[in-house]
Amino acid sequence: MATGMTCGYGGTYIVNDCALWVNKGEIAVIVGPNGAGKSTAMKAVFGMLNLCSGSVVFNGDDITHLAPQERVRIGMGFVPQNRNVFVSLSVEENLEMGAFISDSNVSTLKEQVFELFPILAEKRNQLAGNLSGGQRQQVAVARALMTQPRLLMLDEPTAGVSPIVMDELFDRIVEIALTGVAVIMVEQNARQALEIADQGFVLVQGSNRFIDSGKLLLANEEVRRSFLGG
Amino acid sequence: MTKHVGVVYFITSIALLAVGALQSWNIALSIFNLCIISAVMALGLNIQWGYAGLFNVGIMGFTALGALTAVVVSMPKVQRAWVVASNGLILSFLSFIAVVISIVLARRLLPLTSSLRLPVTIGLLIAGYLLIGNFFLPATKQIEAIDPVISGYLGGMGLPILLSWPIAGIVTAVAGWLIGKVSLGLRGDYFAIATLGISDIIIAIIKYEEWLSRGVRNVTGIPRPVPYEIDLLDLSWFVSLTHFLGVTDINNASSIFVKLCYGVLFFVVLAIILWLSERALKSPWGRMMRAIRDNRDAAEAMGKDVKARYLQVFILGCAICGIAGAMLATLEGQFTPTSYIPLRFTFLIWVMVILGGSGNNWGAVLGGVIIWFLWVEVEPVGNWFVSIITASLPKTSFITTHLIAGTSYTRYLLMGIILLSVMRFAPRGLIPER
Amino acid sequence: MEIANAFALLTNFVIIPSITYGAQLSLSALGVTIVFGILRFANFSHGELMSFGAMVTILITSLFQTKGINIFPIPTALLALPIGIIATIAIALLADQLIFRFYRKNRSKPIIFTMASLGLMFFMAGLIRIIIGPNEYSFADGARFLISFRDFKAITGWDQGIAIKQTQLITLVVTLIVVINLLWFIYKTRWGKAMRAYSDNEDLALLSGINPERVVLLAWIIAGALACVAGTLYSLDKIYKPFIFTQITLPVFAATIIGGIGQPIGAVLGGFVVAFSEVAVTYSFKKFLTYLAPTNWEPQGLVQLISTDYKYAVSYIILIVVLLLRPTGIIPGKTT
Repeated sequence: MATGMTCGYGGTYIVNDCALWVNKGEIAVIVGPNGAGKSTAMKAVFGMLNLCSGSVVFNGDDITHLAPQERVRIGMGFVPQNRNVFVSLSVEENLEMGAFISDSNVSTLKEQVFELFPILAEKRNQLAGNLSGGQRQQVAVARALMTQPRLLMLDEPTAGVSPIVMDELFDRIVEIALTGVAVIMVEQNARQALEIADQGFVLVQGSNRFIDSGKLLLANEEVRRSFLGG
Repeated sequence: MTKHVGVVYFITSIALLAVGALQSWNIALSIFNLCIISAVMALGLNIQWGYAGLFNVGIMGFTALGALTAVVVSMPKVQRAWVVASNGLILSFLSFIAVVISIVLARRLLPLTSSLRLPVTIGLLIAGYLLIGNFFLPATKQIEAIDPVISGYLGGMGLPILLSWPIAGIVTAVAGWLIGKVSLGLRGDYFAIATLGISDIIIAIIKYEEWLSRGVRNVTGIPRPVPYEIDLLDLSWFVSLTHFLGVTDINNASSIFVKLCYGVLFFVVLAIILWLSERALKSPWGRMMRAIRDNRDAAEAMGKDVKARYLQVFILGCAICGIAGAMLATLEGQFTPTSYIPLRFTFLIWVMVILGGSGNNWGAVLGGVIIWFLWVEVEPVGNWFVSIITASLPKTSFITTHLIAGTSYTRYLLMGIILLSVMRFAPRGLIPER
Repeated sequence: MEIANAFALLTNFVIIPSITYGAQLSLSALGVTIVFGILRFANFSHGELMSFGAMVTILITSLFQTKGINIFPIPTALLALPIGIIATIAIALLADQLIFRFYRKNRSKPIIFTMASLGLMFFMAGLIRIIIGPNEYSFADGARFLISFRDFKAITGWDQGIAIKQTQLITLVVTLIVVINLLWFIYKTRWGKAMRAYSDNEDLALLSGINPERVVLLAWIIAGALACVAGTLYSLDKIYKPFIFTQITLPVFAATIIGGIGQPIGAVLGGFVVAFSEVAVTYSFKKFLTYLAPTNWEPQGLVQLISTDYKYAVSYIILIVVLLLRPTGIIPGKTT
């Protein structure tokens, strides 16, 4: 969906001629070493920084020049890496804010999300700021889901959570993809992430190094040696 | 100095000269003198805001403290007040020291973890407050009871008034050190609110501690560093000088001469402070201050002791404002605590610095001069303007009287417009920082 | 009997005045805290905004009075208040469009906003004094007392009476209505929650599709309305004088910071804390203790913590102490 993206901050190009795509109901994972421009590429897709060249196409429409807020409206949901929940709002209010622009029935939407994340239903009246790290990430994903996105973008959803919570989060993400949402995410835990990925992108210095299905990347000797630690 | 700086200064002097020619030289000189004092204050603030980015809105407090110092240094001692009250004052001072020592000791003795620390400290503070009050309040009552119409306060040290200028600098530096110590941990808006509060506390103390400052009853007749107009008339050299110059109105001449003397004195002080500020700005210290202002975190990461630097710069700025306060009290010959209001003594100085160009000393001086000039001259110009637009109306009509009553407040309006437009259209001021 | 007298004394001179003053401060602090929460700067012009609102209300009130329109025994000012509110909101929105929007677009530092608010303060101080002059205005024309000192003593037979001014009751009732509605709006409605979300995390609010300009607009509407109501109630209860409102900014900031900046409930609490301490610390408890203490045990001095001269200074001292010891306030607020 995004092709030939070149962009960066203040004159230096961090992302160079990079391409990313994902289909409906599939999960795409971006992995790569530190400083490879993974998060930057993601932000570029979402329009949080301007492209120097290249284009972003969503659902057949060219949206290269659309503002991030507008992209939310047409069905792109974004979960930032940091500060991704409203800490002084309750879990339920966080979800309501996610559905701020939606015209459909908020309470049925909320129940659907609570079904996916039962723990949040239990804590719906707690302040999001008082939750544990894993639960917060769930709130963050749930908030983005409330916008009813057709494409869900996650920037390191498992940063700073325990392995058990990570597995659970990945399970949820797979479930989300099964409902027909396209998921694209940046991950540090490359091996586990690639296991659930339909499509994998290995980024090095802002450019695509390998593009393949998750399984094939895991099987690729060079990828394993260089990026997955053997 | 660049050509640009020369041009703006030239235009400003023309404006002052125009006032001299059109209104009177007396008025022009009084404006000029206060312009210089304003310029000194603006320099003080420029050191804090322009060099270091400290949002100090407590200038009023330091100026008033400087003015109070002028009173305490120069006024004659009230002997009777000292006689009746010295015991009480000494006792209260001793008890103050005792309280401080006991609190420090108690906090030393109690372990850090002890839950008793806070209650004991508060208890000692209250006990100390009552103890000091026990000696202090009767003593101040006695002082205030002595000839309340003309004295009713301790008086001063009877030293030459000029000595009070450097002393005011030292006193306000100490105050600045204390205040900076406690409040510089706060950032941005919080620091602003804290300094505004502290300056109001200082004014409240000066206003209501009558034994020290005569409070709202004002101190008048502060000694002068220059001759009195009346005395000049008896001096043969002055009389012959006026004859030599061919002046007819000798009273007016003496008043101009006195103002000129003040002007020269103030100008010397301004020149010294300006020279020192420029030296400081161009030194490695000045460069470091600007680095801290532009990126505090980076400077901190490079191992600069940011807090200590802030404290230095805060103290320096406060001391300069204090000197300006002493100069002001000297010029006015009186100390009126109620005239110290933030609009005039804090926020106006801010307009000066922003207009002149924050970070540029020449700009701050220029801003001080221009803003004070406008502050004073808006009223006559406004009156003239009103008289033109209401020329067709009867003198007693509601609109005429209302508009005339309002003209003195157009200065507030104008200052607001100047501040907002400079920030919007020329955020670097008239003489931008190099 | 003695206890009743002591109670009446305390109620009349400490509790009623500080509740009234506290309510007025709370309303003002709410406005400051909302602007701080949404626009992230300390609005030094809020006092002048209050003054402006009160001024418009006074002008409309006198217009009504000359036309003979009134709602006796309730002060005419309450009839004029809605017009004052609309005018204050209008000037707040105008100021935002002409001044603050530019810096918002440029993403300027909070300190620049604060400085711009100083400019606005100057401008409005001048404007107000040109329009209405620097003098005092008293415009409470309704019934003066709900219960007067003398009536109370006659009814109860106590030595001490409790007088309740009508303006005090009006202050309380109006404050109660405003605060309840405002809290309901902020905590229960969709846009109220959006405002809290924006105040909490601007970027995420954008990602949720919340329109920032709309939130800012709401913040100014609320702040303007609150400023006008607070200013009118204050001057109705005491007196209107432009200079008072230049001075009141600090106690209002004190209340805001004590409550925790950006915290509506905190601002309400902070207002009462400041008011109670100002009144209680400077009140002489001599008479009160004389009633309670056994005979011959009357206290000697005034039993007053700080001289009445320092009434205002008390709030500054509280402000400084809170800033230094617990800058986050009662309810942890935002930091810049």
